[in-house]
Amino acid sequence: MIKRFLYSQKVAPYVFVLPFVAVFLIFWVYPLASSFSMSFQKVTLGQEAQWVGFDNYAKLMTDGVFFKAVTNSVIYMILTLVILIPFPMLFAVLINSKFMWGREFFKSSFFFPALTSVVVAGTIFRLMFGEMDTSLMNSVLGFFGLDPVKFLKGQATGYIALLVLATWRWTGVNMLYFLSGLKNIPEDYYEAASIDGASKFQQFTKITMPLLKPTTVYVLTISIYAGLAMFIESMMLWNGNNSPKNIGLTIVGYLYRQGIEKNNLGYAAAVGIVLLAVTMIINLSQLAFSGLFKKEDN
Amino acid sequence: MKKKWFIMFLVLAMATVLGACGGKSSSNAGGETSVLDGGAGENATELSYWTFVELHGQHFEKMLEKWNAEYPDRQIKLNVTVMPYDDMHNKLSIALQTGVGAPDISDIELGKFPDFLNGTPQLVELNDVIDPYRDTIVQSRIDLYSKDGKNYGVPTHVGASVAFYNTAILEEAGVDYKTIVTWEDFKKAGIQVYEKTGKYMGTADTSATWQLSQLLAQQGSDFTDENGNPTINTPEMEKAMSILKDLQDNNVIATIAGGQPDTEEAYGEFNAGNYATAFMPLWQMSRYTNYMSDLSGKIAIAPIPVIEEGMPRSVGGGGTGTVVTKTAKDIQLAKDFLAFAKLSEDANIEIWNTLGFDPVNMDVWNMEDVTHNPENQFVKYFANNPFDVLNDIKDEIKLIKSTSASPTINNILCTVTLNEVFEDGKDIKQALDDAQAQIEQELK
Repeated sequence: MIKRFLYSQKVAPYVFVLPFVAVFLIFWVYPLASSFSMSFQKVTLGQEAQWVGFDNYAKLMTDGVFFKAVTNSVIYMILTLVILIPFPMLFAVLINSKFMWGREFFKSSFFFPALTSVVVAGTIFRLMFGEMDTSLMNSVLGFFGLDPVKFLKGQATGYIALLVLATWRWTGVNMLYFLSGLKNIPEDYYEAASIDGASKFQQFTKITMPLLKPTTVYVLTISIYAGLAMFIESMMLWNGNNSPKNIGLTIVGYLYRQGIEKNNLGYAAAVGIVLLAVTMIINLSQLAFSGLFKKEDN
Repeated sequence: MKKKWFIMFLVLAMATVLGACGGKSSSNAGGETSVLDGGAGENATELSYWTFVELHGQHFEKMLEKWNAEYPDRQIKLNVTVMPYDDMHNKLSIALQTGVGAPDISDIELGKFPDFLNGTPQLVELNDVIDPYRDTIVQSRIDLYSKDGKNYGVPTHVGASVAFYNTAILEEAGVDYKTIVTWEDFKKAGIQVYEKTGKYMGTADTSATWQLSQLLAQQGSDFTDENGNPTINTPEMEKAMSILKDLQDNNVIATIAGGQPDTEEAYGEFNAGNYATAFMPLWQMSRYTNYMSDLSGKIAIAPIPVIEEGMPRSVGGGGTGTVVTKTAKDIQLAKDFLAFAKLSEDANIEIWNTLGFDPVNMDVWNMEDVTHNPENQFVKYFANNPFDVLNDIKDEIKLIKSTSASPTINNILCTVTLNEVFEDGKDIKQALDDAQAQIEQELK
């Protein structure tokens, strides 16, 4: 009997996918469903949750701080895309080129920041961007004869700090994705192209870029998600979830503030559902645009 | 038959997955945990205690030894966990919400306390253990941690606000802090300090409301009305902000890294002698002894300047209420120990000795041998004795109410409004109107 079960070709596939399905159901579908229902409730300490219909969403629509958080997240996401897609791609191509020396050294040093914890990195960046004249960034500015800047108290300079941190941390990771994509492009194409007289630049735009598209789409998708869901970087940079004038407040930060800090879980659930909707809409349209859902024609 | 096996397998797989994650989440609450036995025997009951201030644990350690010696049949082992401020309150809030994992005893900071009184508080009513001490302690400090006449928290200190002057800087500029009585005097002295030394007299706080509370209390006003509703755009508030803004415009006060005197960055600025004054509750003393050792012997304590002579010169600031949770193992034991450890006369003396706080039992303020003990680290550090000042302002210590709106008010002022006014120079009236609107919106 056991033997029949173990060797059963019908059962085996289910057994193999079971751990994933179980994890998916318990840690994804169930929390999602309960947040969804919670977003229509008012949850108070020590009392039964009350159903309040669309109250939480109605409040959200008139909440200036929430829109500030959404704007911050979206701008941060767009700026990270602008920096963290072209540059890592360029670095990957450079490192992959035949004339590159010290390839492994560059690969590892670019990747190294990704291994440090965000908490440690964020704390160090907070000190680097400190407002005292003696902080690293202000010392550098002082060297060029510029006045010290209160980086973490202004909107634009706050973004600079966040983006420097993000660039430092993620360039190496994205570069590795692109490197692995580059390894899949056969050398022959370039040879053929150079025989036909294509320049290096033409080879890059006509061979490398199109063939890297699957990798680019993947990096784009995870970057959109990572940008919109950013939270810890901001929390560490401002040493807490409350930045001056909310310049570092992100959607997840607002969810955390409402749900955990203010114990308003119903409202926070509504924030979470809106974040999910925004992320899904942006990513699905991006994927549709890049042709992921089109049937492949052979 | 096949189906049965399949189901068993499914259950097994599920159990493995669940077990794996259960193992992770059931680890301790994070932070540093240490078990204090305080000379307890084997039959001692183990109680857990969460705090965000390491020193509070040391105070409990001393009181625990006394308790175990005095009540051999009710001995306690105390499991102290120290966590960062936000983490501790967030974890406690989730633990109380879910009814799982809360400690028996916990500290809750005043700024967070109203959130724990929402709905049906998951804390134990402490009236019966506070009653024996009620006459000896400052009533208003208990009221801060109460709802509908029920006391849920035991106070730690009065937190009387005072001025901390760096006498070295003032002497350099030829200013005598003892002559500063009104804000006008303070402004004159500050202009002199800035001209002579290039240093700032004080701070324009952007991330705390200590100064605002002091200025509001002097005018008999508050952040909330008698019903607990926010009143931010009042003439009193405008006046308070205008005074501070005027000081800033005259280079008397300036914004400080960290946003207020009680931050790591600001300790450094003060220690380097870049700012001469801090207007803070008395517990700021322990920050001086711990983080600003270069200033030893140079700091003098004095009453805060007033708008007009005769106005009250102090206000209680900050505070920590210690609570017993509804899920505590032995509620009665936890309650009795808590009262013993924080309200008894012994406890109040220890609170001064160990923590450097102004104890809620004001009789202690008059015990010369305790307050003027030359071996005490705080007495040694400061240029004058804090209790000479405290006894002088004793009857003028006002109270800023803590209501369910307080956390929101504090959040908006400290993240948005104060930054707008002191960093960006936004119009005060406009900034206050915006703050009032935003607070009302959030409280809806």
